[in-house]
Amino acid sequence: MSLDKIQSIPYGKEIIKIKNISLAFGGVKALTNVSFEVKKGEVFAIIGPNGAGKSSMLNVINGFYKPTSGQINFAGEDRKEMIPEFAAKSGIARTFQNIALFKGMSTLDNLMTGRLLKQKQNFLMQALYFGPVQKEEAYHRDKVERVIDFLDLQAIRRTPVGSLPYGLQKRVELGRALAMEPEILLLDEPMAGMNVEEKQDMSRFVLTANDEFKTTIVLIEHDMSVVMDISDRIVVLDYGKKIGEGKPSEILKNKAVIDAYLGVAD
Amino acid sequence: MIYKETGQFKSTYESDHSIFPLIQDKIAFNILMLVAFLVVPFFIDSYWEKAILIPFLIYSMAAIGLNILTGYCGQVSLGTGGFMAVGAFATYKIMTFFPDLNIMIIVLLSGVITAFVGILFGLPSLRIKGFYLAVATLASQFFIIWLFNKVPWFYNYSDTGQITVSERTMFGVAVTGANAPPYATYLFCLILVVVLGFAAKNMIRSKIGRSWMAIRDMDIAAEIIGVPPLKTKLSAFAISSFYIGIAGSLYFAVYLGALEVTESFDIMAISFPVLFMIIIGGLGSMLGSFLGAAFIVLLPIFLKNVMVDLIGLSAVTAKHFEITIWGLLMVVFLILEPHGLARLWSIAKEKLRKWPFPY
Repeated sequence: MSLDKIQSIPYGKEIIKIKNISLAFGGVKALTNVSFEVKKGEVFAIIGPNGAGKSSMLNVINGFYKPTSGQINFAGEDRKEMIPEFAAKSGIARTFQNIALFKGMSTLDNLMTGRLLKQKQNFLMQALYFGPVQKEEAYHRDKVERVIDFLDLQAIRRTPVGSLPYGLQKRVELGRALAMEPEILLLDEPMAGMNVEEKQDMSRFVLTANDEFKTTIVLIEHDMSVVMDISDRIVVLDYGKKIGEGKPSEILKNKAVIDAYLGVAD
Repeated sequence: MIYKETGQFKSTYESDHSIFPLIQDKIAFNILMLVAFLVVPFFIDSYWEKAILIPFLIYSMAAIGLNILTGYCGQVSLGTGGFMAVGAFATYKIMTFFPDLNIMIIVLLSGVITAFVGILFGLPSLRIKGFYLAVATLASQFFIIWLFNKVPWFYNYSDTGQITVSERTMFGVAVTGANAPPYATYLFCLILVVVLGFAAKNMIRSKIGRSWMAIRDMDIAAEIIGVPPLKTKLSAFAISSFYIGIAGSLYFAVYLGALEVTESFDIMAISFPVLFMIIIGGLGSMLGSFLGAAFIVLLPIFLKNVMVDLIGLSAVTAKHFEITIWGLLMVVFLILEPHGLARLWSIAKEKLRKWPFPY
């Protein structure tokens, strides 16, 4: 499926439809008959207690896990499974719960890897490194510099990311995903382990990315105040099953969700 | 003071991406190149040629190759000796089949053939990693050496199993064979190392190099941003083997002239020393490949000079000491400076920036 097809979908229409997805590892059922839709241009949150299957859901969406049954309809096309490379080509970028940066490379190089799919010169041209290759490098560097400006990463451009503090690493990882200019951005706990200021910064970046670049955002987050503030719609999972879906205000009143989080009073 | 970066501004991304962003580095490199191309050829004699410069250049080439695979793409390989043997025998066979072919083309073709062999032995790398891959490449080393010993076709059914180079000229001057003058063999190797060294550096600083490093640092994340793991690993195996094959080709055609495969391309003769070179020089550093090669080539000569000529030990005792000191240095390096000589150099540069007025 081409990127054009995804780009041609109007905002507010469904871009991903998850249909009855089940995922089992041997006897462990990570997901059971989960269905929901993500609309283009919205901030969509997946929440749920620990072990509810949220990360598994993201892994199914971008092709890491192959669902046992069910289908994903992606921009109007049904498919049972994806491979990560294909997902990347279709404009899906993601960040990880445990930071997955390239630790030996500088911030700049890490962000430049986000542009790899868009670089077209072959390796012989790269070995010669003249005209077209140089132009291509400069073009992508320019794109990456915009991301660096946007995320305030100028000071650490040349620093190996392995030596950066946690909060900055999370930001660089977001930067790498944004450098891909994705249509859909999957964020796995982007604010885990951050203090209030860092969370505010991160929320601002996520919202601006959504607002300015019109990126559809699917995020997993445990901080309820953040989730309720920034997301347009929420789906709640518990033990691999969907127990609620709707706007933040609806979720707050949902009996099943309250029971899942606080336990059921006898 | 010496490494003052102040006042050196870049106004384009092209200049910021250049190989030597600092003017001091650029000047130093240009001087080095001038000396290497215009001064050394006039003074080179056969001792400097055979004992120092040619081995240094050939080992540098092999170290660049292995550094691409191990240092940049993170695939540990112990098969360097085997791949160099492929380069050497490819050269020998091409020379037999095409007596009129230019030696430069023969050497490059040998590299291409080795690249294909490298792809073949790189195939398991998709499934196995780390030590297990090292063992798989070790198997390739033994298999290739065995093959070249076992199948007489490779050494043209000669009685001794040796392969011998015939004389080839470039611009009327012999570069291979017994009559090749030192300056010709030296310049031939130097040109190949400089040109291919730049090509390697260019690949490393553009798309393909970043894909390799992405695979090295975290293959799962690399897959997520659209780097195909198999293709990238195989490209590293191919390009790495290309360099190693050319090193093997030069080792046979220019350096030794005649060789026997078991002895010359043994794991202890090639694979381990080249691996030590990139570890001592610096994994994932072009400069490190050269520094490591220089270190490994010069250390035995230095030790021999000191122990035999200065102290007066017998040559055999000195050889034993040499091996001991070698092993000791390996351990010391791994513990004290795992990033190698290249890292020491960058620390020195950092100090020189502020010297003599550190704040």
